[in-house]
Amino acid sequence: MSLSSRHLLGLYGVPKEDIQLILDTATTFREVLERPIKKVPTLQGKTIVNLFYESSTRTRISFELAQKRLSADTINFSTSTSSTKKGETFKDTVRNIEAMKVDMIVVRHQSAGVPTYLTKISKANIINAGDGLHEHPTQGLLDIYSIKEKLGKLDGLKVCIVGDVSHSRVALSNIFGLKTMGAKVSVCGPSTMIPFGIESLGVKVYNKINQAIAEHDVLNVLRIQLERNAGERIPSLREYHNYFGITTERIEKNNRDVLILHPGPINRGVELSSEVADGPYQVILDQVTNGVAIRMAVLYLLGTMH
Amino acid sequence: MDIKAKIIDEEGLNRTITRLAHEILERNKGSKNIVLIGMRTRGEFIAERIRKKVKEIENLDPNYGVLDVTLYRDDFRTRLKQPEVSVTTITFDVNEKDIILIDDVLYTGRTVRAALDALMDLGRPNTIQLCVLVDRGHRELPIKADFVGKNIPTSINEEVRVRIQEVDGEDAVYLINTQIK
Repeated sequence: MSLSSRHLLGLYGVPKEDIQLILDTATTFREVLERPIKKVPTLQGKTIVNLFYESSTRTRISFELAQKRLSADTINFSTSTSSTKKGETFKDTVRNIEAMKVDMIVVRHQSAGVPTYLTKISKANIINAGDGLHEHPTQGLLDIYSIKEKLGKLDGLKVCIVGDVSHSRVALSNIFGLKTMGAKVSVCGPSTMIPFGIESLGVKVYNKINQAIAEHDVLNVLRIQLERNAGERIPSLREYHNYFGITTERIEKNNRDVLILHPGPINRGVELSSEVADGPYQVILDQVTNGVAIRMAVLYLLGTMH
Repeated sequence: MDIKAKIIDEEGLNRTITRLAHEILERNKGSKNIVLIGMRTRGEFIAERIRKKVKEIENLDPNYGVLDVTLYRDDFRTRLKQPEVSVTTITFDVNEKDIILIDDVLYTGRTVRAALDALMDLGRPNTIQLCVLVDRGHRELPIKADFVGKNIPTSINEEVRVRIQEVDGEDAVYLINTQIK
């Protein structure tokens, strides 16, 4: 079994078998992460460049760790310390890096479509680590993996994505991936944060958080992204919390369990109360651990492909 | 499948496993410090059977685990098909233990090399001893089995196929001709 594409650009259109293969392979790497020596020699001799045009802590550390645990050689590139500052174009930067013989490129960029463009100018395997407001496939995969790990299945599960859906690449990857795996996906948030026409993707829209909590098995709670001017779309963070924040009272009013996911970093007291962020319903840190396993799986499957 | 000969039948397999279990216990002076580790996929079931025999003989159930060596293979660059990885399930401490590594067929020795590397990453065992059901020769690495069910000299154009009840629906070992006539 191998993946049907040699790049991972998004979860849109990725067949169910491919997602299943990545999830199954990640289980192997979860076991590797529990060992005293958390390293396997599988990608020895492969060179991977992490091309980060946008700041990131979690995703970048997670990718780097995944690469090191597979024994690949890694190079980190970030805009603040590179020749981009001297005016070099993106294409030139990539061609120069490629001239140094790299096998894979992990890219994060503020513009949607950059990973796809990269596949046209480079021979390396391309992995999207977040492009603009488009997709963040490894985050989507690790969310799906975490849900499956906790609830044992995906088919027929009801998952609601809560928050600023219109400015979230995590939301899109979740919608595409979860729907492929047979889950029912909906979104919930103030109408200023729900993109017009999202129903056409086959998702239901909720405007009341209590109703969303009552009718779903899983809530994937997004971060209110102040750096993407979330302040323009809500009157205040406090008001957002009052109307859409997930609190223990809101969860416990509901008489069945709900699983809380969050891609991080958390704004405590905004989208989640601190009590929920540290409480029994959330799996936020499991998501982070699973993230390394998922990225190892993706790197392995693409890196050993012929 | 061009079968040349049936080398071991169901009863024969049972006898061989009984002998291997006795040899392992004799060499290690009992089952106190040994752990059995089977290599996916056929080795896993042979290990399971040796474990049952050891339990019958010594009345002590040795620790038992399954090793998947896919991530340690040396043929990622040359194989045409991407190998499927599976999970290693070794839930106990291997430090200071006498590991009996169990596989179905010993051929080039490359899988065993990968297994040795994988085991070393799990800790520092006291010894690692290799137990195989069939040794068919043609080694490419300096590796030798400690316990052998049956030595079968083969030609390069032959293949030894071990079939196990749990996976294949029968217990038998066949010698197969792979040369195209």
